[in-house]
Amino acid sequence: MKKIIKYVIIDILRNKIVLAYTAFLLLISISIFNLEDNSAKGLLSLLNIILIIVPLVSLLFPAIYVYNSSEFLELLVSQPLKRKTIWLSLFSGLAASMAFAFFVGAGIPILLFEATPTGFMMLGTGLLLSVIFVAIAMLAAVKARDKAKGIGVVILLWLYFSVIFDGLILFVLFQFADYPLEKLMVGVTAFNPIDLSRILILLKMDVSALMGYTGAIFKDFFGTQLGLIISFLVLVTWVFIPTWLSLRKFKHKDL
Amino acid sequence: MIIASNVSKQFGKLKALDNVSVNCAKGECIALIGPNGCGKTTFIKSILGMVVSDSGFITFNGKNIKHDWKHRENIGYMPQIGRYPENMTIGQVLDMMKDIRGKKNDKLDEELINKFGLNEMLSKRMRTLSGGTRQKVSAALAFLFNPDVLILDEPTAGLDPVASEILKEKIIAEKNKGKLVLITSHILSELDDLITQVIYMQEGKLWFHKSIDNLKEDTGEEKLSRAIAKVMTQ
Repeated sequence: MKKIIKYVIIDILRNKIVLAYTAFLLLISISIFNLEDNSAKGLLSLLNIILIIVPLVSLLFPAIYVYNSSEFLELLVSQPLKRKTIWLSLFSGLAASMAFAFFVGAGIPILLFEATPTGFMMLGTGLLLSVIFVAIAMLAAVKARDKAKGIGVVILLWLYFSVIFDGLILFVLFQFADYPLEKLMVGVTAFNPIDLSRILILLKMDVSALMGYTGAIFKDFFGTQLGLIISFLVLVTWVFIPTWLSLRKFKHKDL
Repeated sequence: MIIASNVSKQFGKLKALDNVSVNCAKGECIALIGPNGCGKTTFIKSILGMVVSDSGFITFNGKNIKHDWKHRENIGYMPQIGRYPENMTIGQVLDMMKDIRGKKNDKLDEELINKFGLNEMLSKRMRTLSGGTRQKVSAALAFLFNPDVLILDEPTAGLDPVASEILKEKIIAEKNKGKLVLITSHILSELDDLITQVIYMQEGKLWFHKSIDNLKEDTGEEKLSRAIAKVMTQ
């Protein structure tokens, strides 16, 4: 397994997109921290950028990479290797590179400028988000044989998680404004890792007062130790379920 | 050595393999022959586990290949169209395969690498290679690990006459060592001095599996190409 991960990572490094992504994140985070006089404010601005860019890149790059390495996969499958090993190595290689890129690009500036609990929370959720979206991208890539279709699906997924999901929630909230939906909303956030991460970070920032009554409910749940543990478990589940589904599919795929 | 029992595979509406049962023994050199799209490559890929059959099973040395991925250690496979990571060099591909297979250098069979002159172009990237050179790499990889079974899908297509002759000699040498060789090819004339048995497939079905002598006797022809032509037009 280690050997294949090694070859995947060498290949990813050779293709330089991940390096460009790292440099881009580094540029954004350092310039944001330098623009704001208060680094806590900087963190808030960085949050919004990261929650858009990290999922997008972590979805698109791995999906395209999986399609482009179809030859490599074909070659490996004809060798004495378990399919499970091949697929999990590919996943580990991609997840490690995306997470490492995030760590260097955004994590190190955060640690330098804002090594507070909020900063650590942002670092942790950012790393988890990178891995989650690699898992989702690989599921999409193994399900759709056609490259254009697979990449299209991945872009739609990104739109769904970062825009459409929130829109739907707002719609439901306004339609059912007369009903007490606040508690339900806590559960609904589990269906979108981006929202869950955003809430976790915002609550650490103590700006939850701005979110009104829902914010208070959120604080009640996510502010506690148990709530925090549950949210992290939910995020980890977001890694495992897509990986498990894609692995099941890959095991029976004809190459 | 390889026993396939009632293997079926369907791609959408197309029945690529329809109840195929074959028994391939050690020391034989078997030609898989049939018109285009008759399921030869699908059959080969199911032996390798690259295509998962819908029903039936294949055993390799008595073990069902579904549960035994290690059987591929004993197979050298040369695909019809060799597809390799495009931005790796020949040397890197060879090293990677050696690394993955984890075999010691002294057990490697580098005869084809030397004879094809691949040593002189180890630093060439795979994407810059011509179709024939790719075939050479595929062939060299198939023989590199000294496997007990060689599966060659259209081995000489795209090779120049010199390389093709080298490959044929190598196949005969390996066959004489008691290895099982499975070859598909449309150039029947060059199979004549290689093979001992013929498997004929059509529309996913196995039509017959005979030794070459039997086939010649039954059709009354001396040349394999004529014998097969007679079978196909019957």
